[in-house]
Amino acid sequence: MAIHEKSLIRPENISTHEKKIVDGIDVSGDWSTFIHTRVVSDYNENLQEEIAALPGGEYIHRCWQCGSCTNSCTVNAENPDFNPRYWIYLIRIGMEEELLRDKDIIWQCVSCNKCTSACPRDVIPEGVMKATAHWMELKGHTAPTQSTIFDEVFTEQVIKHGKIEDGEVLKDYMKRTGQPLMQDWVIQLVKNMMKGLPVIQLMRMGLATVFHPKTSNWGSARHAIEEHIAEEQAAHKKALGLDAAE
Amino acid sequence: MTVIIDKTDLKKKYKKVAYYPGCALEGSAIPYDKSTRAIGKALGLELVDVKDWNCCGAMEVKNIDPQVETYLSSRVLSNAQHKNGLDVVMAPCNGCYKNLKQAEHELSHNEKSKEVVSKISKKAGHETYEAGGVETIHALDWIKMGYGEEELRKKIKGGLKGLKIANYYGCMYTRPRHIFPEQAEGAGGDSLTKPHYMDDLLAVAGAENVEFPLKTACCGGAHTLSDSDMSTKLVLNILEAAEAAGAEVIATECPTCHSGLEMHQIRALKRLSKDTNVKVIYFTQLLGMAMGLSARKVGLNGNISNSTKLMKEKGIL
Repeated sequence: MAIHEKSLIRPENISTHEKKIVDGIDVSGDWSTFIHTRVVSDYNENLQEEIAALPGGEYIHRCWQCGSCTNSCTVNAENPDFNPRYWIYLIRIGMEEELLRDKDIIWQCVSCNKCTSACPRDVIPEGVMKATAHWMELKGHTAPTQSTIFDEVFTEQVIKHGKIEDGEVLKDYMKRTGQPLMQDWVIQLVKNMMKGLPVIQLMRMGLATVFHPKTSNWGSARHAIEEHIAEEQAAHKKALGLDAAE
Repeated sequence: MTVIIDKTDLKKKYKKVAYYPGCALEGSAIPYDKSTRAIGKALGLELVDVKDWNCCGAMEVKNIDPQVETYLSSRVLSNAQHKNGLDVVMAPCNGCYKNLKQAEHELSHNEKSKEVVSKISKKAGHETYEAGGVETIHALDWIKMGYGEEELRKKIKGGLKGLKIANYYGCMYTRPRHIFPEQAEGAGGDSLTKPHYMDDLLAVAGAENVEFPLKTACCGGAHTLSDSDMSTKLVLNILEAAEAAGAEVIATECPTCHSGLEMHQIRALKRLSKDTNVKVIYFTQLLGMAMGLSARKVGLNGNISNSTKLMKEKGIL
């Protein structure tokens, strides 16, 4: 008889002997399938507190594992491995190693907030996903993700000028991630735009790339924001037991 | 507490509002800005630009620091209240609308947000915004509640003549629910699970709204560049569902959704060889055309999705 839940168990944890005789009985194939005993001893007891110390992770302790988040999740519908409920579970019991197996997909949350609206405990799972992705970066488990690089490019422009300019965000982001700006679809996009676009709109967009749109009277806000962010980032590193001077 | 919105009162209240276009409406979404101003003018609703406005923080700044995002949005509200002297801000962009609502919620529920906003506002040298000072509304509320369907009906010239439309609201118009307390608490506002304000307005304009199951699906806008393959898949779901529902046009009310749909419609063709023909048009452009405004006045040529031919075939232009 086959183990029907085989798909839920990682392949490396399952053994099957193609030829096996035990006490004179043939148990070859599925009859000898078993799941390896697993002993977990290296819990990170501070994991929940570390995530909770980062923005968005504050309410993780409220979770009662109903699964509404995963059930409503946009990304889960495209990729079943993207499982917010499971990650929240791992974080709450401190299974860091297990969580790290999914380190390269947690950042893919698209912030649609379906989970946040569905959650009966106001965990704000979207925030937990962001906090967890951020934690991975701060702890050095992943390099800054594409999403983080985009957020940084965008935020830098906002802090500097008070406003962003779409073209410049696109250009800076492609440059910082080492991608060619003129990809096939970007070229097609520009072609379609040029076809119908009124000259005045084209000029307005062109001018915006030369003279970046700016908020008047912005200077003092800029400095106050920069000071605040520096303080917060130092506090986050401290909460994770990392050297703030690094 | 149940809040029942007095519609006659809102007509007076929304007659003159502070207008917060946001970065997108001055960049990739110029046609949305143009058509919003054009219908405001045609309906006699006055828009006063928020003085010295700044970016609301969009979907990005909160990932660097959520309190800074709250500050950025609060500065817009502060300027509308103290520099413009107005008590209603209208934001046509879902991102701006959501962030202003979120700031309002944070400042009435979160002590730390209040502290940080007050600290930065003082250093920046402007009035600290306090919760309750300004009401934030979307362009949909502005027309539906501020002008009214009956009055709008009288302004329709030609109309949309049975144009089949899928109304797409995206994520941030209705989520997360806790920042839209007036909707959650009672009648008057748009539904958070099945929004219908855009459907209502376009029906008045003569459109035939199709049953569209993905009204509040996500277009992947937050990762449109950083995880483009995911965004293309999500957009393709929306485009294909709209076509399956028989729509000729997807009406939009958010610049991020709109440019996401246009961009990934092209990307889906280039990368996945999936061709979809449904057109993407801002609801303000559709309303404007229904009222007899020219294609130029509503900026129809400014869209990447080229719908001029369809509009002519339908006799709308």
